[in-house]
Amino acid sequence: MIYDVLVGPFLEFEFMRRAWIGVLALALSGAPIGVFLMLRRMSLVGDAMAHAILPGAAIGFLISGLNLFAMTFGGLIAGFVVAALSGLVARNTELKEDASLATFYLVSLALGVTIVSMRGTNIDLLHVLFGNILALDNRTLMVIAFNATITLLVLAIIYRPLVIECVDPVFLRTVSRAGAPTHLAFMALVVINLVNGFHALGTLLAVGLMILPAGIARFWSRDITGMIAIAVFAAALSGYAGLVLSFHAGMPSGPAIILVAALLYIASVLFGSAGGLLRQWFPGRHLEA
Amino acid sequence: MSAVLRFRNVTLGYDRHPAVHHLDGEVEAGALLAVVGPNGAGKSTLFRGIVGLLKPLAGAIGIAGLAMRDIAFLPQSADLDRSFPISVFDFVGTGLWHHSGMFGRIGRAGQDRIRQALTAVGLSGFERRAIGTLSGGQMQRMLFARVALQDARLIVLDEPFNAVDAKTSSDLLALVKRWHAEGRTVLAALHDMDLVRVHFPETLLLARGAVAWGDTAAVLTPDNLTAARHMCEAFDDAAAACVADAAARAA
Repeated sequence: MIYDVLVGPFLEFEFMRRAWIGVLALALSGAPIGVFLMLRRMSLVGDAMAHAILPGAAIGFLISGLNLFAMTFGGLIAGFVVAALSGLVARNTELKEDASLATFYLVSLALGVTIVSMRGTNIDLLHVLFGNILALDNRTLMVIAFNATITLLVLAIIYRPLVIECVDPVFLRTVSRAGAPTHLAFMALVVINLVNGFHALGTLLAVGLMILPAGIARFWSRDITGMIAIAVFAAALSGYAGLVLSFHAGMPSGPAIILVAALLYIASVLFGSAGGLLRQWFPGRHLEA
Repeated sequence: MSAVLRFRNVTLGYDRHPAVHHLDGEVEAGALLAVVGPNGAGKSTLFRGIVGLLKPLAGAIGIAGLAMRDIAFLPQSADLDRSFPISVFDFVGTGLWHHSGMFGRIGRAGQDRIRQALTAVGLSGFERRAIGTLSGGQMQRMLFARVALQDARLIVLDEPFNAVDAKTSSDLLALVKRWHAEGRTVLAALHDMDLVRVHFPETLLLARGAVAWGDTAAVLTPDNLTAARHMCEAFDDAAAACVADAAARAA
């Protein structure tokens, strides 16, 4: 019975197996990126970027259909244009970075939705906004896995300077010139993973599988390595449970995945061993030293 | 003895406004130099210029034969993200950057050096603690441990004893003197004149420009200190372009 519920759908349907593999790849690469976004206090920047890259991805989508390479490339360009423009405005005017980023991502989002709805169909628009993880074909799956592999490789390369840049940016600048390239590479990884998440979760929820697991992990570990491991596990678990839930309850799969992650998040806020609410309310008697 | 640092008519500042104005002079290798002066005198700005965080507006800072790896910098109340989940051991370990680079493994020898540095600053037993749980004094000790690990020929300390108690500052001062004894060049921005008089042979009294520079006893005279106190802190957007600078360029 339990076996039928938890494993059955994946044995029976190929699209469920594809979805599971896809969500696993997203968890492996997206969750670590999410942890760094959170630690750099950029959680909402990730969300803004998800919207900002829409026109680029949309143009790529219109030119070559559901081709992840074209969408990634377009998204990368749009993402960097928005990041550069808002940085430019923030540096040269009174407007602060967050305000100018908000302006540009909204313009970008409006542009993206316009492009998709003028040139494509409503189905296309729904697909881009909310994704459809149950419709991953082999090629898309390969591209998602490819992007995930690239992400993990690049992350391994920039890991040390990235960590140092988070903790002590001035120190990094005095010992190395790796700071700026590291930041750029990291932003590129953010964009790649957002585009990756497009297919499964859509532009509105793509950042969810990055940020929610990071938030969960924060409540279970005080160490960056542990945090990343927990975030990956939480993302994979949410993906799996979300797929099962959507299969049996007939829910749309993307939102189901994010809602499961939200449940894990609530549980973590309450019961987390590293700063969870229960720990704060009932800390036990204080120690001698 | 040769100079490790040469200031040639150097002007440092922000948005064209000078914070350090037309400074000339040399720091000998192995010097133990105190940089004193009122708030806003340009001590931190000068240090940021020396370690390469700030480009001079005019003039030049010569760091003869020193590469990035030869310079260690302890910034003022470091721009640390104290909430970042990293242990004291790993944080201090970043001081081995020039050894390990981006990928190199920190082997047994490296780990021993980290432990030694932590012991030297009195933080053994704190290895696994998250940096966010340290007190202000412990934080300063940890930053000193990282400077020690950098094994640099030129060490630049910006107000290293600010907001630390007598015990901590005397422990850390002992470390500074050990670095000096090892032949390293040490620059420190300080406010405690008594400490400077006792422990630092050479002093630069800075008030945007150099008021005096040389033997500590000769520099820290009442007249010089009064002159420094009357430093002009003007920051005038309508100020004319610097005449001395134009003259220097024409010459």
